[in-house]
Amino acid sequence: MRNVRLIFIREFAAYFATPLAYVFIVIFLMLAGLLTFFMGGFLERDQADLVPFFEFHPWLYLFLVPALSMRLWAEERKLGTIELFLTLPISMTQAVTGKFLAAWAFSVTSLLLTFPFWITVNYLGNPDNGVVCASYIGSALMAGAYLAIGSMISACTKNQVIAFVITTATCFVLTLAGSPVILDFFSAWASADIVQAVGNFGFLPHFQSIQRGVIDFRDVIFFGSIIIIALIANAVIIDWRKAT
Amino acid sequence: MDPAISVKGLTKQFGPRTVVDKVTFSANIGEVLGFLGPNGAGKSTTMKMIVGFLSPSEGSAEVCGFDVLKDPLDVKRSVGYLPEGAPAYPDMTSLGFLRFVSGIRGFNGSEREERVQNAVRMTRIEEVAQQPIETLSKGYKRRVGLAQALLHDPKVLILDEPTDGLDPNQKQVVRDLIKEMASTKCIIISTHILEEVDAVCSRAMIIASGKVVADGSPSELKSQSGSGDLEEVFRKVTLNA
Repeated sequence: MRNVRLIFIREFAAYFATPLAYVFIVIFLMLAGLLTFFMGGFLERDQADLVPFFEFHPWLYLFLVPALSMRLWAEERKLGTIELFLTLPISMTQAVTGKFLAAWAFSVTSLLLTFPFWITVNYLGNPDNGVVCASYIGSALMAGAYLAIGSMISACTKNQVIAFVITTATCFVLTLAGSPVILDFFSAWASADIVQAVGNFGFLPHFQSIQRGVIDFRDVIFFGSIIIIALIANAVIIDWRKAT
Repeated sequence: MDPAISVKGLTKQFGPRTVVDKVTFSANIGEVLGFLGPNGAGKSTTMKMIVGFLSPSEGSAEVCGFDVLKDPLDVKRSVGYLPEGAPAYPDMTSLGFLRFVSGIRGFNGSEREERVQNAVRMTRIEEVAQQPIETLSKGYKRRVGLAQALLHDPKVLILDEPTDGLDPNQKQVVRDLIKEMASTKCIIISTHILEEVDAVCSRAMIIASGKVVADGSPSELKSQSGSGDLEEVFRKVTLNA
């Protein structure tokens, strides 16, 4: 636990040691605002809720979260610090967990900085704050799932750009897995069961059901297991090919 | 007493290539063992296996009685390791970096800070302690790496090319440091600079194509050639390997 905490602190501080943290937060907030007001019609809808704000999160995360996760392991490989890091007396679980939690905490921090939307909507009307809270939790869980996948992919390469592109592509497929775009591709040749299974992997339906204000245990388990499975794979990949 | 380092039949294969081939040796406290060899001879790979970074394809390595495969964490606790090129997190300051390592090494509160200060003093990096590591010269960066390796006063120090790329003054600082610690530790350094062996090592092993081709004190090795010249011995044993 102590080691996870120390790694967490180092990693979290590393975001702020470079302009990365500030650039990320500013861009995230700006894009969230633009999408909510202009594409989501936040004001025109005349409803006191944050649906137009949250519904763009999957798409926003699609290219912002890989920008956070791409450095996690690829940078260590590139700099050679992985050799130093993994010869310190820490277990692989501690290393992977500490790094992931730092990235997740950073993305949740950015998410929480969107609180002016919540204030605005409370000022303008009487939203259901339970739904808003559930949506925030859902959004944080989804960001965690994207990050864990990104961390796993970052572990495969020392090139951060490759990590970014592959993570974005993978997350794109996972986000849309429940939609016709992906399902049609499978239904042409796969059996109905497989199509159904692929459909269940879609992030969108799980996120949307939390967004309605119901924190269904199954949706939490879904994102939680994606995170855990991706992180286990992450540890296995690092263990398997440390040097290159 | 167990030897500080005991390596038996250590082998590493990358695909079809055998990079380290049945290396066997042991070393005790008080020894400064130099790994000599041409580039790509397997010196670094051998070190990476001893510190538990790479796992051996065959054979075993024990550090202070702990097996690298069975008790990797105990091995990592007993060893101070300077990887080749002294990698360190560029955006951290030297102090921040050493504090991180000190924490991970299990030191708390005032002892954590004391360890850091002590390592800073020993490696004489006081004046750059507050600077981000990316702004440091090669020599200072190497010394930050050394500070990190000896911070917990380990019984075994493994230093991969500790003086590579340093100017003569900087080399002297690092060598003095190694000599200073030699009596209480078991130190392995790798180098392809032959003068280094005379300067600091009590024993040298020449490695070529993954095999140990010569092992002995510097004077024993020199006596293998008619002229008493280490360079000649080096060429003789490595060219045929």
